[in-house]
Amino acid sequence: MDYTDSQLERYSRHILLKDVGIEGQIKISNAKVLVIGAGGLGSPALLYLAAAGVGTIGIADGDVVDLSNLQRQVIHFTEDVDKPKVLSAKEKINNLNPDVNVITYQKMLTADNILGIIKEYDFILDGTDNFPAKFLVNDACIFAKKPFSHGGILRFYGQTITIDPWKSACYRCLFIEPPPLDAVPSCSQAGVIGVMAGVLGTIQANEAIKFILEKGDLLTNRLLTFDALASKFREVSLERNPECPICGENRVINELMDYEQAACKIG
Amino acid sequence: MKLMVNGKLFETKEKTLVIDFLLKEKNVESPEMVSVELNGRIIKRDDFAQIELQENDQVEFLYFMGGGQNSYE
Repeated sequence: MDYTDSQLERYSRHILLKDVGIEGQIKISNAKVLVIGAGGLGSPALLYLAAAGVGTIGIADGDVVDLSNLQRQVIHFTEDVDKPKVLSAKEKINNLNPDVNVITYQKMLTADNILGIIKEYDFILDGTDNFPAKFLVNDACIFAKKPFSHGGILRFYGQTITIDPWKSACYRCLFIEPPPLDAVPSCSQAGVIGVMAGVLGTIQANEAIKFILEKGDLLTNRLLTFDALASKFREVSLERNPECPICGENRVINELMDYEQAACKIG
Repeated sequence: MKLMVNGKLFETKEKTLVIDFLLKEKNVESPEMVSVELNGRIIKRDDFAQIELQENDQVEFLYFMGGGQNSYE
């Protein structure tokens, strides 16, 4: 792969890095990353992945931009309200870096369509906002052996872990199944500080880039948590759970399923 | 008994303590939204009422977190 002068200039601060160099930048250019959810976590992740020059970026999201999204979903602007999120995000990425080939999936991912989409990608970034989707992404990535980054944010807290299927602890090793619908806090208790999406989404993008570069230590078997009120990061060591229903010794989940979602919107 | 809970020292006069009780002691609002790791192992929810914690046990409460908007959609 030959870079033009302007590409060499664009990526010069990467190329200067010993752990990236021209070889690493070529890996980034050849990489395919899928971001599921162009919302709070997906917005910063998409912007940094695009700026880094990830050659192919997939964006999956079935929603349109809502005014209440703009407090944290920084890839969408005021003029984008009511526009499909995948189109809004694609426009920003095209403006930011024309080197990136953006593929959009303007739909909810389901048990029926997710495997066909993720198989095209090297690394998956979970930026979904609900538990049924998070379990679906986990299970699909385990079945398809696709490494992925999980992220979750709530109020002033955030957490992320990277999953290398069948090698490191998966989301179900930690959280066996979605919480019961009647157990979730009332909607008035939800809400999230906007910057949390930036902190966590950026860490997730970093995981994708490290995976592509094959450098450093991924956040596998480690749940990284951030408390924005205390300004403290913590790391919880984890290991694969032998009783995990999908990657444990006695697998009980043999096919993907779409869990029911609680009917509560704070949007 | 002294325990480490989410990296912080937790002391109680109780001689024995099951996980369910610790969740109450720590004022966890929705125990169903918490996964519990004890000394590096995830504990089955059905065992929360049975497993007795021991001196110096390391307990981590791991919380379900969605993605901000429509977290509980």
